[in-house]
Amino acid sequence: MADPHIETYDPEHEATSAAITESRPARAVLMAIAFVFLALFLVLPLVIVFSQAFAKGAATYLTSLSDGDTLSAIKLTLIVAAISVPLNLVFGVAAAWAIAKFEFKGKAFLTTLVDLPFSVSPVISGLVYVLLFGAQSVLGPWLKAHGIEILFAVPGIVLATVFVTFPFVARELIPLMQEQGTGDEEAALSLGASGWQAFWYVTLPNIKWGLLYGVLLCNARAMGEFGAVSVVSGHIRGQTNTMPLHVEILYNEYNAVGAFAVASLLAGLALVTLVLKTVLEMRYGAEIAATRGH
Amino acid sequence: MSNATTRTGWRFRQPSVIPGFGLTLGFSLAYLTLIILIPLSGLAWRSAALGWADFWRIALDRRTLHALEISFGTALIAAAVNVVFGTVVAWVLVRYRFPGRRIVDAMVDLPFALPTAVAGIALTTLYAPNGWLGKPPMALGIKVAYSPLGIVMALIFIGLPFVVRTVQPIIEEIDKEVEEAAATLGASRFQTITRVLAPGLLPAVVTGFALSFARGVGEYGSVIFIAGNLPNVSEIAPLLIVIRLEEYNYAAATAIAAVMLALSFLMLFVINLLQSWSRKRYG
Repeated sequence: MADPHIETYDPEHEATSAAITESRPARAVLMAIAFVFLALFLVLPLVIVFSQAFAKGAATYLTSLSDGDTLSAIKLTLIVAAISVPLNLVFGVAAAWAIAKFEFKGKAFLTTLVDLPFSVSPVISGLVYVLLFGAQSVLGPWLKAHGIEILFAVPGIVLATVFVTFPFVARELIPLMQEQGTGDEEAALSLGASGWQAFWYVTLPNIKWGLLYGVLLCNARAMGEFGAVSVVSGHIRGQTNTMPLHVEILYNEYNAVGAFAVASLLAGLALVTLVLKTVLEMRYGAEIAATRGH
Repeated sequence: MSNATTRTGWRFRQPSVIPGFGLTLGFSLAYLTLIILIPLSGLAWRSAALGWADFWRIALDRRTLHALEISFGTALIAAAVNVVFGTVVAWVLVRYRFPGRRIVDAMVDLPFALPTAVAGIALTTLYAPNGWLGKPPMALGIKVAYSPLGIVMALIFIGLPFVVRTVQPIIEEIDKEVEEAAATLGASRFQTITRVLAPGLLPAVVTGFALSFARGVGEYGSVIFIAGNLPNVSEIAPLLIVIRLEEYNYAAATAIAAVMLALSFLMLFVINLLQSWSRKRYG
């Protein structure tokens, strides 16, 4: 127990203890397997996106990005994310407040329901809105009579995106706020703070990094969602085409450079998300709590 | 707090000085109901309206059965592959030190962050008969893209992080003294791993498998590009739903979706059981 090299967990020294690690050749083999696997499945797809996007030079790349339909797809994707992420952010905070700060009947069930959209196929997430608002539905004729467009229009795309990204913020905040308990808020309230003040000045600073983490993941999914949006969008070029849908259209038209140019923007978004996520985990790991793994 | 509850009998919620319960719970329930519960129960209601006979006639249609078989079969194979390689990746990331480990660790989450359509066209280009990775197997007569094998490749990509991220924290938590004890008692390294460590990792591995499998079954975006989408051969169930919708055959789309949903909820239930079992046993 006195020897710190045995007692403490020191990642730099752990390989020195021969008894609890694999032999040198075994280590080399395992590492080779892991690296080759990751190179084939993670690195190469990323490399091919950028190499195909720039296959005909930077000028062609820029031309295909400045195409009118591409620009409107980018705009629509930004609009959809700008509506659906804040909606799920507000829901996430409210649900986490109710679930983490109070004890009530049916809490475990409610927590399970929050995760429900993750176990629904994206196509089904879109289908449920088609069944609800489509021309054949109960609501369909009424919507049509009143000139309200939901399907094959922006509201439908937003709804499908909200459905798919529903759990992201809530599931980051619930375990975090449960771990933090209610002591801080109770102290603030006993010192005369109002409920809102306790939330703004006590709770929010406590959860801000976890909240950002959840928003980051929510946004990545909102901008990249394909299946659900594909079902409700109607694929009208320049109008109801988000970036992922535009990638599909260009690809199916054998416009590889165009498809991969738009894809490269989405891949760039994914890389930025990963970098920010890693930075958050490294710097504020404790404040994001047990949120690793999805 | 629990004393207060027993004294006053049944109570919906335990007393608290913290405000905002009604507001936050009310809003959460209303939002959950509008966005998730009403649309999902609409699906249940529409499939019930089909009637028993019609429902099963569609669900047991040959093309539908093949699509379900392909979706579940390829997801099963992909999850099995991910269990093997994902566990090795998790082990290497936790136990070995090498330059760039943090970058490799971060990269594992790429399939979570990369839009599925992008993954789809990238993998298709890679594994196409004239692609970087598609050409060598083509020389042996194995077609990767535009075949069920291509679907498996896409699902391996999609499911990988689920296994790594479930197994990794458990490997991190392994108490080194257990391994040292095994070594002192004369176990070889291989014996220590298979007899001492593997049983402790098993629940996490199974959970990772289930998560990867569940995600693979419903996956659409990355698969439709690489699958080739031949009916009865490489047509997945989510694609068949889309095809039926495009034919305005809402009854068929609804029935297939209901079957898929029932099967995924069953899996969710099993995953929850596994997790509570592993928490009880190893928590």
